[in-house]
Parts: sequence; C-alpha cells; structure tokens
Amino acid sequence: MIAKKDLEHMAWLSRLELSDNDKEKYTPKLNSVLDYFGELDRVDTEGVEPTYHVLALSNVFREDEVNMPGKSLTQDEALSNAPKKQDGFFKAPRMM
Amino acid sequence: MFDEPNKNNPPFSKGSSKYENPDSVMIGLEVHVQLNKLKTKVFCGCTTDYHNDPPNSHVCPVCLGLPGALPVINKRAVEAAIKVGLALNCKIEEHTQFYRKNYYYPDLPKGFQITQYDFPISSGGYITIEGEDGEHRVGITRAHMEEDPGRLVHEGTIDKSKYTLIDYNRSGMALLEVVSEPDLRSPKEARRYLDKLRNILEYLDVFDGNLEGALRVDANISIMGGQRAEIKNISSHKGAERALLYEIVRQKNVLRRGGIVVLETRHFDEAREITMSMRSKEEAHDYRYFPEPDLVPLKISGWAPAIKETLPELPDARRMRFVEQYGITDDHAKALTSELKLAIFYEDVAKKADPKTAAVWICDVLKGELNYRVLTIDSFRKEHMLSVIGLLASKKITEDGAVDIIRTLLDKGGSPDEIVAEKGLLKVEGDIVSTAVDEAIKENPQAVADYRAGKEKALNSLVGAVMKKTKGRADARAAREVLMGKLG
Ligand SMILES: [Zn+2]
Repeated sequence: MIAKKDLEHMAWLSRLELSDNDKEKYTPKLNSVLDYFGELDRVDTEGVEPTYHVLALSNVFREDEVNMPGKSLTQDEALSNAPKKQDGFFKAPRMM
Repeated sequence: MFDEPNKNNPPFSKGSSKYENPDSVMIGLEVHVQLNKLKTKVFCGCTTDYHNDPPNSHVCPVCLGLPGALPVINKRAVEAAIKVGLALNCKIEEHTQFYRKNYYYPDLPKGFQITQYDFPISSGGYITIEGEDGEHRVGITRAHMEEDPGRLVHEGTIDKSKYTLIDYNRSGMALLEVVSEPDLRSPKEARRYLDKLRNILEYLDVFDGNLEGALRVDANISIMGGQRAEIKNISSHKGAERALLYEIVRQKNVLRRGGIVVLETRHFDEAREITMSMRSKEEAHDYRYFPEPDLVPLKISGWAPAIKETLPELPDARRMRFVEQYGITDDHAKALTSELKLAIFYEDVAKKADPKTAAVWICDVLKGELNYRVLTIDSFRKEHMLSVIGLLASKKITEDGAVDIIRTLLDKGGSPDEIVAEKGLLKVEGDIVSTAVDEAIKENPQAVADYRAGKEKALNSLVGAVMKKTKGRADARAAREVLMGKLG
C-alpha cells in the first residue's frame, strides 16, 4: 500500500511539486497500478527465463571513432538553450 | 526494488594474519577509473581529448542528455573493461547490461547516470598488495562500467558557494568503478591498494593517471563499535590516506565521548584535509535503478579468452621475472616494476649493462634524485644511465662522481662526458693517490699515531684527508688500502 507519505517522498525524488488535490488523486491511482503488479505476481513463472530487457537484441556497438556516429556541438550551440551561463559554463543554483 | 548488487564472491584464502588491527578498521574502496586512453566517450563520438580545451566544447546531444538522443556503446570501452576485469582476476559475466541510476544533481544532464547494477561486466576478483603483515589479498567485489558525470566548479568552497558552474566535456567519459571488499585494514593499505591498481591499469594501457580526474575514490570506513561512513571526493592516493587517517581519529573521538558513529556520507575537503558531513537526504536505495531501455544487453564473455591472450605482463609477473632473469633483489624488482615506464627504462638499460649495477643505480640513486625533484623517469635518458654505468665499470669515475653526474644532468642537462670534463671528475689513481696519501700522513701526525696505537677510527680521518686533496676523485676504498699499506 502506498500512503500519502510515500507519494510525497516519490514526488520529492522526482522534484515534482504536488498540490493536496493532486495527492488525493494520485495515491489511489498508484495503488491500483501496484495491485496490478500483485496480480502479475500470482502468475506461475516456474522455469521461465526472466526478461532482462525489453528488446530481444544484444551486442550493438559503435567503433571508437571521433564524431561517429554524430558530431560534437560547438560551445555556442551547446549553451544556446541554457537559461543561465557564464564563461562557457552552464550555471545552476548551488546544491545542498 | 532490487537487492544490493552481487555480493557473493568466491571465497579466497587470506593466509595467516599476524596484523592485529587494534581498532578493527575496515576499509572498502570504490575507485572510479577513467578509461581515458580511448579516443571517444563511452556512448557518443565526442573526443576524450578535452583537458586543455574550453568548457562545453566537446559535447553532443547524447552526453548533454538532449531529448531524443540515443547512446551507442563504444566497443573498445567494452574491450578495455574486459581487460581490466581479467587483470583483476575477475570473472567476465555471460550476461551484462546497463541501468539508469536516477538522481538529480547538476553534473548529470539527463537526471540519471547510465551505470550497471546486478549484472556488472566482471566480478569476484582480487588484487594482491603489500599489507601490514606481508602479502595481503584484497577482494574485488566487481568492476562495472558507467558514464562519468560532468565537472562542477564551485565558486569558493562547496558549502559556501552561491551557484555552480558546469562543464560537460567530461560527461560521458567511460568509467570503470572498481569496488573492493572491506578487506583493507589501515590507511596505508588503502594507499598501497590504490598504487597497485593504478600500476596495473597503466600496464594495461587503458589509463593515463596523470590526467586530471583520471582516478577518483570513495571510501567506506568503519572502526569497532561504529557504523561505516562513506567519504566522497578523494582525488588521489595521498588524499585517500589522509582522509582515512582523519576519519579514524574522528570516529574514535566520537566513540570516546560516548557518541554514536552514524551511517552517513561525508565530503573530503582536500585543501583542509578534513571530512565533513553531507547530510544527504537521499538514501542509497532511492536511486530507483531500472534497465536502460536504450542500450541492449551485452553477451561478451566469449571475448575473454582472446583478450586474455593479449594481456601484457602484469607488475607481479614482471617483478618475479626481473628477479629470476637479472638476478636482482626482490626489493629492487618491486621498486622497478611499481611504475611501467621505470620497468621499461630498467630493462632497456639492463640489456646493455650489468643488470645488478643498473638496478642499484636506478633504484637507489636515480629514483631518489627524481623524487626529490618531483620529476618522473621521462626526465632522464637511458643513454645517460648507460654512460654513467660504463664510466663506473671502467673505473674512470668514483661513485661520488657518478652521483654528481646524475644530479647535474637533472639540474642543468648536458651529457655525462661533458660533465666529467667540466667538473674534472675523472678518477685519480696510482701516483696521484700515492702522493696524496704521503702528504696526508705527513700533515696528520696525531691521526697516524692514534692509528698505530690501535685506534682503527683514526684511519677514517686520514682517508678523509686524501679525498679532500684529490677533490673527491680518488676511490675511497683504494685510498684506504694504500694508507694501510704505507702505515704498515
Ligand atoms: Zn557527446
């Protein structure tokens, strides 16, 4: 069971700000998702190889070659969407 | 949620332990090694050669985490990871895959780090170090692949700066996180472990330890009666030793005052050489790892045998070979193999000169002179070492003269022959020594009398007088013999 407290913790981890109204709405919704996984848990998977990954592929590589497959950006391009920058750096509020 | 990653390692013998470890110190290290000899980052084609360039000048949609960008793994990074795994005696796993480790910090442009979790590329190995009581085996829990975050620049200290500047040139560099078991029993052992690991990585040619940020360490440490602290932000082997020494004293003080050592993350302030509590709100299991859907699993254990064939001779093997092949002492062999460049330097010299003399002069003289000047072996030429040894072998110079030549080469340059000529270092023999001895005897009647009266030590002052007269160019042992002969 996900309590309101758990929801608040998850929201904090994801840096989401939820109103009290949202919290009331999301708590039962998340619980119904959890209940569904509970149902899956009841399926007998004895002898079934676990699905480690959603794609049935393995070993896809690139060679160690500069600008392959995509080219690097210039500093101006890299910073072009940054709300704050300084001396070629991205600028963010201090952490902690 | 998953359990903590694979902690089940094959047991290994530790031998009988003589070291008592008075405070029950247990240290485990997580070492982040940059595979900086690759040409490109781990999931994109941006160059790894960014160290002298402006910030954010080697970035792309992948390593900036722009929407829609897709990572593709660098094949040589995987090969390098296998190489390291094999050299650390690890098992290369049949199935390995990547996960997203979710947390928000400005050095992570995507809001998650691509790393490994319960299927690391290699696990269950060990490194042998010189421990407190002789050879000591340190278990390697696992060595897994991940991407490097960006570099943060704080104005002032980390706890006082108002904002953070970010350079993503480092973002996406291939990292190996080498996680040890808590088998280290002192800060000294931790430093030796780091030295050994670095040495192995350099032998493997996957890593240049001289580049900034090449090796970063997090240390877990506990002492008897307390919980463990994790110390972050250690950037050198010397830093690790200091941080751990500080932390042991801090934890002992807490316990002595009746306090409790709590489980926490602490930050090492390299300048002040102290650790500070981070008061991190995020707990370890809040990273909500889940499989990285954009990278498919790797099935590469089949590559291991072929890669194993290409592994170079590693430090321990080379050390044993040096002892056997060149007949040098184990201490010399250990010192010579502790650095790849030094080992190569020695072997090149030993091929053309007496290997034992070469070991003595390289280990006992040259290395000390280099350390004193904070220089590396790159600052000294093999040909010069060969000339110095040649001059000694043909008895043209004295040992003091040879030391003088080495120092002059390091301080002023030139060639051994020029220095010998300039400083007049050619050894004097025969008549010149004989004359100097006669004069010394004549001028020091008291010492002569003392010696004849049975005071052996008086001979030393006479030898000193001869050396002074010949400006140090006589061989002290020969001078002593001539003196003894003349004094009967
Ligand atoms: Zn990139």
